[in-house]
Amino acid sequence: MNFQVEDRGLQYTGAARIEGSLVFVERVRDVGYDELVEICDPAGHRRLGRVLDISDMHAVVQVLEGTTGLASGTLRARFLGESFRLPVSRDMLGRVFDGLGRPLDGGPPPLSGDRRDVNGLPINPVARRYPREFIQTGLSAIDGMNALVRGQKLPIFSGNGLPHDRVSAQIVRQARLLEEQVEFSMVFAGLGVKHDVAQYFIRNFEDSGARARVALFLSLADAPSVERLLTPRVALTVAEHLAFDCGQHVLVLITDMTNYCESLREVGTARGEIPGRKGYPGYLYSDLASLYERAGRIEGSPGSITQVAILTMPSDDISHPVPDLTGYITEGQIVLDRDLFQRGVYPPIAGLPSLSRLMKDGVGPGYTRDDHAPLASQLFACYAYVKRVRALAVVIGEEELSALDKLYLKFGEAFEQRFLNQGEYENRPVATTLDLGWDALALLPRDELHRVSAALLAQHYRQAHG
Amino acid sequence: MKTPTPIVTRINGPIVTADGMGGAQMYEVVQVGELGLVGEVIRLVGERATIQVYEDTTMLKPGAAVRGTGAPLSVWLGPGLVGNIYDGIQRPLPVIQARSGAWIRRGEKVDPLDTTKRWAFEPLLATGAAVQPGQALGQVQETPLVRHKIMLPPDVAGTLHSIVAPGEYTLLDVLAVVETAAGPREVTMLQRWPVRQPRPIRERLRIAGPLITGQRIIDTLFPLGKGGAAAIAGGFGTGKTITQHQLAKWSDAEIILFIGCGERGNEMTEVLREFPELKDPHSGRPLMERTILIANTSNMPVAAREVSIYTGITLAEYYRDQGFHVAVFADSTSRWAETLRELAARLEEMPAEEGFPATLPTRLAQFYERGGAVTTLAGERASVSIVGAVSPPGGDFSEPVTQHTRRFIRCFWALDTELANARHYPSIHWLHSYSEYTEDVGAWWAQQAPDWSGLRTEVITLLQREDRLQQIVRLVGPDVLPEAQRLILFVAEIVKDGFLAQSAFDEKDAYCAPARQVALLRMILMLYRRGRDLIEAGVPLARIRALACVPHLLRAKAAFGNDELAGLAELEGRLQAELAALAQEAPPP
Ligand SMILES: Nc1ncnc2c1ncn2[C@@H]1O[C@H](COP(=O)(O)OP(=O)(O)OP(=O)(O)O)[C@@H](O)[C@H]1O
Ligand SMILES: [Mg+2]
Repeated sequence: MNFQVEDRGLQYTGAARIEGSLVFVERVRDVGYDELVEICDPAGHRRLGRVLDISDMHAVVQVLEGTTGLASGTLRARFLGESFRLPVSRDMLGRVFDGLGRPLDGGPPPLSGDRRDVNGLPINPVARRYPREFIQTGLSAIDGMNALVRGQKLPIFSGNGLPHDRVSAQIVRQARLLEEQVEFSMVFAGLGVKHDVAQYFIRNFEDSGARARVALFLSLADAPSVERLLTPRVALTVAEHLAFDCGQHVLVLITDMTNYCESLREVGTARGEIPGRKGYPGYLYSDLASLYERAGRIEGSPGSITQVAILTMPSDDISHPVPDLTGYITEGQIVLDRDLFQRGVYPPIAGLPSLSRLMKDGVGPGYTRDDHAPLASQLFACYAYVKRVRALAVVIGEEELSALDKLYLKFGEAFEQRFLNQGEYENRPVATTLDLGWDALALLPRDELHRVSAALLAQHYRQAHG
Repeated sequence: MKTPTPIVTRINGPIVTADGMGGAQMYEVVQVGELGLVGEVIRLVGERATIQVYEDTTMLKPGAAVRGTGAPLSVWLGPGLVGNIYDGIQRPLPVIQARSGAWIRRGEKVDPLDTTKRWAFEPLLATGAAVQPGQALGQVQETPLVRHKIMLPPDVAGTLHSIVAPGEYTLLDVLAVVETAAGPREVTMLQRWPVRQPRPIRERLRIAGPLITGQRIIDTLFPLGKGGAAAIAGGFGTGKTITQHQLAKWSDAEIILFIGCGERGNEMTEVLREFPELKDPHSGRPLMERTILIANTSNMPVAAREVSIYTGITLAEYYRDQGFHVAVFADSTSRWAETLRELAARLEEMPAEEGFPATLPTRLAQFYERGGAVTTLAGERASVSIVGAVSPPGGDFSEPVTQHTRRFIRCFWALDTELANARHYPSIHWLHSYSEYTEDVGAWWAQQAPDWSGLRTEVITLLQREDRLQQIVRLVGPDVLPEAQRLILFVAEIVKDGFLAQSAFDEKDAYCAPARQVALLRMILMLYRRGRDLIEAGVPLARIRALACVPHLLRAKAAFGNDELAGLAELEGRLQAELAALAQEAPPP
């Protein structure tokens, strides 16, 4: 990447103070808010930083590559005269970059005259196109119950040790549009994840022959944690170029957003900010929104950005600020469930708390099948009742349940084992998914199914119980 | 001595400090730097001003110039507002799109209203008339649904010195001259009003009559009065936005103001896509002809989010002053409160609860106070109803924004995550929600259906009893309950599925007219009462459950639309006949 800026900007030697990732430079002139800074240590290594607060007295610089080894007397700071910009190009597909967009694969920096501010600009809501094309992921739990559409932001809420990597890799492998064979290009951002996780995804891209269509941005666990604050912005800047300038359908996979939020908390604490819930800064919502809202479709461009962000819920707690604020911004969430996982169900996608808010516009006549939405609604309702029956069975014993409630238990079992459960390499057409849903419902008496119309029942319901 | 030119001395995100600002006023709008970024003075200490900037301040530098405008942040008021969509500081988003494409760039300066467009003005007064503030000089057909009154500004009274003939005029043309105590005043179609200042009224009125929303659980169980204030609170994905959209679509207000405050871009796009297509059930006209949208989405600048609420409510007051019943939807007031927190933190103010500034309750109260039923300056009855979404962290209602909001509203729709997870929508919880407007709207309902109030009490009692019984069931199962109590469980399920649940996406059921609401409830409660008698007479509950009409009862809401009440009556007749047949069979007591 192009940082030959020797001759650009003013250079200052020495800092008043270094604190955490922050460097305080005194008596600077002509420096802008959010300006990019290059900090040089005595050994001559350069690190990037940006201005967080600027007055006529001093600049507060956040060093993105950490302050280890910097000394206040000897560091040199050069202000580069612009905010963080990234050269973007279609040639970035097939390549691997670090968290700030510099090549990691030994290749040359991509050639581009087009340098973009990584913060992006807000999309004018008038210029958005409402997302509605169904993406078939081949996973029944998603396609049948929580359908993903092109241009949606649908995160995966997971927990430590749950198979979110396998599930998202499967989505990436199998995702396709029903009507056309348009291929996705992909942008992958690894935030604070381990090398083996990154390797897992890379291998997976290679095995599925997609490697040449993926741009990877890696700010791995051993990279300075502040760098992570820019990595998703760098990745999304490239995604916007591919989608809205080159007209491609881009799937952005970000993992793990919890690490991102922790970096944000670290920086907030270092600046002495008043912390909000669980020590996270009060602006966490707005900050996350500035990332998640960079998804969708716009007028005048055929491309789209679909975002799948993975986050791990600390202690599996969905009300923790990271999943909570994410859920308040994204268009639904896929929640992985430890109980299902321990019972061997793969993918362990929780039946009730998962939701796709754009499903209503992406399924049904003209998109998938006319029974899709009512069937999903019926499955949700019945499965919710299963949860109640199971709770009751724990108290009074299964034998004491009414005959009807026992049927619900059977339905619950079938729903989990035959509908949710599937192979890691099993790619189910949506029609198969829907039929499996009807098969499960067949275990229940017809009169229980009032979320589907009589006409649909006549067409799809095949009584199975005796 | 030369007065110092105002210059920027510090930039910390949207908060900018400037020196040499001795001439500035509090809340004055200023333009900052070369791009002329729009900001507002929010603190003045001597020569130093703190400015909240409504646009991104990247690469703004100390030393940049600051220009005052001499006026507080104000909106433009006049024909052309309806059908439009604005950002938080009233910049029309379609014009911005036409000028700079899909992305909102900084420093865009666009007039809120088109000053070249000609409107057909029809005078209502003649020269020589004595005129009062707020009085209509004339009118303009703004949209087929909105006859826009051109009013005298609230500070103008006197004699009409001259007024133009009917004809086409622009917003800036002088339509009339009023001889006032302070000399002649020219009046145009365009007025300006500072957003943080409520517009004057003659008096506040008691609320009389409901805002009919077409949502059964709201209209029948927890009604909102016209001019009332409600909060809809719930965790993510529980249905705040969809419910507010439903209300914006179907409620019987004459003007709708939807403020998307720190929420998703696509949700505004959805409104823009749907509203021009959907028809207002009362007039048959496209909904967009009565709607104004304010969109300051979550990725747009935070300071502009703070002001978007005031921009919206000021526009609402302006239409109220013309005599309209206006409904304001703010989604989400929590995001607005968070901007107060964020700005306060940057100002290094002492935080109160959970980092929110100590002024949070006052600010909330001021916002909700701007709603109400009133007599306008011109003597008409009009109203502003407010529905604010509240997004509590973790869905926990004990947090400050929910708690303080509850002090200033009289209707609380509590959304429940468990209901939402079970896809019972709207997930408004029947036991945790309340409305203090029930009495205010009773008279209106009594005219529609004399039994409304009785049905309402009956169904609430039924649901409360069911809840207590469920606690027993969870411990020991339903089998130990006597038949009469299991009937309650059975009918409560029908109430929930067949009455309270209402899909926003069902063409027939999305809007449920008052008459249909009562018909459905009447039929279900008839089953309950007759069922009770039958069980007393020894008929087993299983026989009642097995009646052929029961599944139809559950589907009736989606089977019979608002103009198919005959179908409902016929179903009720069949149900009665089946129940009567059961009674025939009943063993003698
Ligand atoms: N009345 C309804 N009918 C049918 N579906 C509904 C209804 N209300 C809510 N839903 C479903 O719930 C989903 C979430 O609703 P909504 O977007 O209104 O939630 P919210 O409370 O605004 O969430 P957030 O706080 O994250 O914005 C919708 O996408 C829709 O699928
Ligand atoms: Mg919402």
